[in-house]
Amino acid sequence: MTELSVDHLLGIKDLQKEDIELIFKTADQFKEVINRPIKKVPSLRDITIANVFFENSTRTKLSFELAEKRLSADVVNFSASSSSVSKGETLVDTINNILAMKVDMVVMRHPHPGACHLLAQKVDAKIVNAGDGAHEHPTQALLDTYSIREKLGKIKGKKVAIVGDILHSRVALSNIYALQKLGAEVTLCGPKTLIPQHAESLGVKVDLDFDRVIQNNDVLNMLRVQNERMNLDYFPSNRDYVFQYGLTQDRLNKSQNKPLIMHPGPINRGVEISSDVADSSDAIILNQVENGVAVRMSVLYLLASKMNIV
Amino acid sequence: MNQQVLLDEKELQVVLHRLSCQLLENHLDFSNSVLIGLQPRGVFLADRLHQLLTSDYQVENLQYGTLDITFFRDDFRRNENPLKANSTQIDFLVEDRNVIFIDDVLYSGRSVQAALSAIQSFGRPKAVELMVLIDRRFSRHLPIQPSYTGRQVDAISEEHVRVAWKEKDGEDCVYLVKNKI
Repeated sequence: MTELSVDHLLGIKDLQKEDIELIFKTADQFKEVINRPIKKVPSLRDITIANVFFENSTRTKLSFELAEKRLSADVVNFSASSSSVSKGETLVDTINNILAMKVDMVVMRHPHPGACHLLAQKVDAKIVNAGDGAHEHPTQALLDTYSIREKLGKIKGKKVAIVGDILHSRVALSNIYALQKLGAEVTLCGPKTLIPQHAESLGVKVDLDFDRVIQNNDVLNMLRVQNERMNLDYFPSNRDYVFQYGLTQDRLNKSQNKPLIMHPGPINRGVEISSDVADSSDAIILNQVENGVAVRMSVLYLLASKMNIV
Repeated sequence: MNQQVLLDEKELQVVLHRLSCQLLENHLDFSNSVLIGLQPRGVFLADRLHQLLTSDYQVENLQYGTLDITFFRDDFRRNENPLKANSTQIDFLVEDRNVIFIDDVLYSGRSVQAALSAIQSFGRPKAVELMVLIDRRFSRHLPIQPSYTGRQVDAISEEHVRVAWKEKDGEDCVYLVKNKI
């Protein structure tokens, strides 16, 4: 396979296993590029990309922007707080106005699930989903699985646990799709209130005993407790959460297993993960960030390659 | 498939030795020179020359890398077939060094142009030379000429040159193929 089967990256659900493998293989080459003394290639020099963020983001926005610049694309940034959206403009109108300025691709984060799908139907540009509500965050799942593949050699047959606030997490859903397509066995772990009902219908295991999960899995992907999205009390207190689901060195030491530790960031140090674990050699949190740029370069490059000039 | 043999196994062997000797003549101990095989097909020739120079001609510490030009090509988004990236393996800087690009067939010269851009990511070379196994004369789109040539051929655009290597294709041979596959 040398071409993606999709025209937009809206979610991992739409991708085939071969698409993910193509993205990984291309990302391998971009990882080499971003470690060169001069980290730039001219591939997208005639492409303009708008980064449209209706929700706050630090690393995803920065990572996309770096990926775009290292591919030599022209980049415009747009954030909702400083825009006419606050004056009542609709999403499709906003984007069409941006596209009227001859923009070829749109990277969008939006608080509403499905916003990118709507856009892909309504506007004439390649759309990359940088997170839509609690639905999907496909590039995060791609960089997570890419990082597992890099560290463990392969994903097929590996046991991966996603731990913490699954309910509010778009990272979890995208990761579940990506890991399953690549042949991993996925377990969800966290307070029962933060695990979606009927999660098993996705073909994952649910295990609420964190110590058993540490013992049984090759990878622990620790999710952030998203306090800002919680309008209810899902667990009694942070102290209680740490006691049951916080990943600490003591807890790891009790297990004979040494799983790979991941976190999509930003970290709540001392809540879902303790500082000593986050900074330990088993944690690949900063590798994930580095791989994020290579994976996003790969996605943008492969989508752009479907926009033939002639 | 209508094809004609340009170089058989024995002739190819002789050409490889000649090319190695020409490189030795110009670069002696290769102390400031590096071989760069161009991906994908130039790497087989570069591997052979690297092997000959280090084993038969006892060149020591010969630095050798492979360069992929995919992201520097000028036909991105202009090609019916999507471009496929290969690996680049250059673990050294080429700043102020003599770089020898190695490719199997020189046709339009566009790959070499892309390679000249791509190599700049690894520094500013003192000089760049180009070695090709087959030089298709009269088909250049750009003012690019090889410094070392295995064999020159005159081929029309409906023909193409196929270089087969034992390690990839099961035999060592160079063909001029009449009908494009």
